[in-house]
Amino acid sequence: MNTVVHSGAEGFLHRFEGLRARLPGQRLDWVQALREAAAAQFRTAGFPTRRVEAWKYTDLRPVSDAAFDEALTILGDDVALPAPRGERRAVFVDGRFRAELSQLDDAGFAIGSLAEQLPRLEGRLGALARPAEEPLVALNTMLFEDGLLVTVPAGVAGGVLELRSLTSRSERPSAFHPRHLIRLEAGASLTLIEEASGPEDTRYLHNPVFEIELAEGAVLTHARIQREGVKGFQLGTVYARIESGATYDNFTLNAGARLVRNEIHAVLAGPKSACHMNGAQLLRDGQHADTTTVLDHAAPDCASRQTYKTVLSGKSRGVFQGKIHVHQVAQRTDGYQMNQALLLSPDAEIDSKPQLEIYADDVKCSHGATVGALDADQLFYLRARGIPEDKARSILVEAFLQEAIEGVTDETARAALESAVAGWWEKEAA
Amino acid sequence: MLRIEGLTAEVEGKPILKGIDLEVPAGEVHAIMGPNGSGKSTLSYVLAGREGYEVTGGSATLNGVDLLGMEPEERAAAGVFLAFQYPVELPGVGNANFLRTALNAIRRGKGESELDAMQFLKLARARLKELQMSEDMLKRGVNVGFSGGEKKRNEVLQMALLRPSLAILDETDSGLDIDALKIVADGVNALRAPDFSALVITHYQRLLDYIVPDKVHVLMQGRIVQTGGPELAKQLEASGYASVQAAA
Ligand SMILES: Nc1ncnc2c1ncn2[C@@H]1O[C@H](COP(=O)(O)OP(=O)(O)O)[C@@H](O)[C@H]1O
Ligand SMILES: [Mg+2]
Repeated sequence: MNTVVHSGAEGFLHRFEGLRARLPGQRLDWVQALREAAAAQFRTAGFPTRRVEAWKYTDLRPVSDAAFDEALTILGDDVALPAPRGERRAVFVDGRFRAELSQLDDAGFAIGSLAEQLPRLEGRLGALARPAEEPLVALNTMLFEDGLLVTVPAGVAGGVLELRSLTSRSERPSAFHPRHLIRLEAGASLTLIEEASGPEDTRYLHNPVFEIELAEGAVLTHARIQREGVKGFQLGTVYARIESGATYDNFTLNAGARLVRNEIHAVLAGPKSACHMNGAQLLRDGQHADTTTVLDHAAPDCASRQTYKTVLSGKSRGVFQGKIHVHQVAQRTDGYQMNQALLLSPDAEIDSKPQLEIYADDVKCSHGATVGALDADQLFYLRARGIPEDKARSILVEAFLQEAIEGVTDETARAALESAVAGWWEKEAA
Repeated sequence: MLRIEGLTAEVEGKPILKGIDLEVPAGEVHAIMGPNGSGKSTLSYVLAGREGYEVTGGSATLNGVDLLGMEPEERAAAGVFLAFQYPVELPGVGNANFLRTALNAIRRGKGESELDAMQFLKLARARLKELQMSEDMLKRGVNVGFSGGEKKRNEVLQMALLRPSLAILDETDSGLDIDALKIVADGVNALRAPDFSALVITHYQRLLDYIVPDKVHVLMQGRIVQTGGPELAKQLEASGYASVQAAA
């Protein structure tokens, strides 16, 4: 069948018209209503342009000017996956759950495909996402097909779960919009290691949305390794709601993709909860990476820590926007935000926009930003000890990233991040 | 043997070294003394290959090998070691890792096998003990939060591990108390061998009581203006550099 390919927002809306009757949940009124409302919002808003304040530094035209097809999964069962990083692994190909590639036995709690469980997710799916405010989340809501569904019951230590996202090779650009729902009930814990990759020769859009609910005292370590193919786009949005005494520990490594937006909306909703959002962006020529965090301190006695480090080479561009909103009730807030960039090339560029809005009076909140090149004295010191220049540079780049990575306390997650960083550098030095 | 002939160098277009002639035969230790700003550190940086220190003439060879055309790491592999006047802090780089990476780079250059973490630790512990340094120093970031004296001792530790054939110590004694000074001197004396030579740059005669030099050179305004035996250092201590200047 030949169809006219529409580009940009129009293309996606057109696709929704065509797929509407076949998307998961087509017989569930509430899903239909969510999708229709999202479609209306996306129709009105379209893709954000740089005139929108939140998108001032990231130009989405490479995405909005392109035409994307629905993903045709042609990846066979012979996918060569590296050994799992933990006890369990959920594999998604082009945004669709693949049971035969996954290992989820004996979890003792519910992990699986969101599409299969959709009838039971009324009120949960969409509880945190805000499609009316984020056009990309509207796009996801309109077109999601599947995603990871995890519920760790109260008091259960969920161990390590790997979420692996693969993209199949295709001639025509494809797009997928997974919706992942993670819920940890009171006192539960989980380490979620997410890794997204794709072929180097395929143009695609990966547009995931996470809705993460952490009940009292729950602890989620969420390590994200983004190694999308060099022609890929990842526009991801994470919503996290953190109840009293719970901890959300997010680390995001952006090492791939032509353009990536890592947007996190976290709400410290209960007293004495904590949120750590750390990350590293490793950018080569032609890449653009944007980390945007919006953190709401909405309860007293909460702590937040953010350390983001960006290493830029060639003609690449990094963006960090970090907003901390301390509500009036959030007394004794302890907030910290640091954003640092290391420029390895004179053509690289970093834009940084911290934003503090503080409405409580008893608050400790600090933020800072630095931009610099490799230190010539440090480089000489290493070389004077016999260490070749390349190695000396890699030692200093790793040292620069160290502070952000050492904050990741889960060893499996930290090891995964360290090896991804080492891999990036080996390619960079080659 | 280190041989320097007619060496001239400038920094930011300003001539600093104005024709240095110096020979340090293998097995000898020579001291270089001179007032602040006379070019002592510049000479050490030029020999180690620091960027921005531009050689405009002359030559420097170690055992017949031209040093000036080599990259800093190649000079280190050829046996040159500079103990920095101001050791550099490397936050985020563990001292143990740094020392092992450096040692293995040098060993590779010499065609020796690399040491694994255990072998390295054993060796490092032995050297630390000799230098009366705490093992704690291995765990910290390179020179991060080290006192002035600790930084200097860390330089001596590196020298003891890398076993250079030419050590250049740039005011390694400054800021050290007498006990630390003796440890540094012991570190240098332990390396003394027929194929080892050293250039000890110092302001004070004090260090030379413990590292007795074969020769003392006085560097002033980018030139060596006087050379003598150990007694020259004592003489300078007593009458200052003004007397040398008058004589030169
Ligand atoms: N990086 C530099 N930039 C500019 N001038 C320098 C630099 N390094 C040294 N100089 C100048 O070179 C001269 C010699 O300095 P230096 O070699 O440090 O002397 P010393 O070690 O004998 O005290 C001084 O006049 C100093 O100001
Ligand atoms: Mg000096």
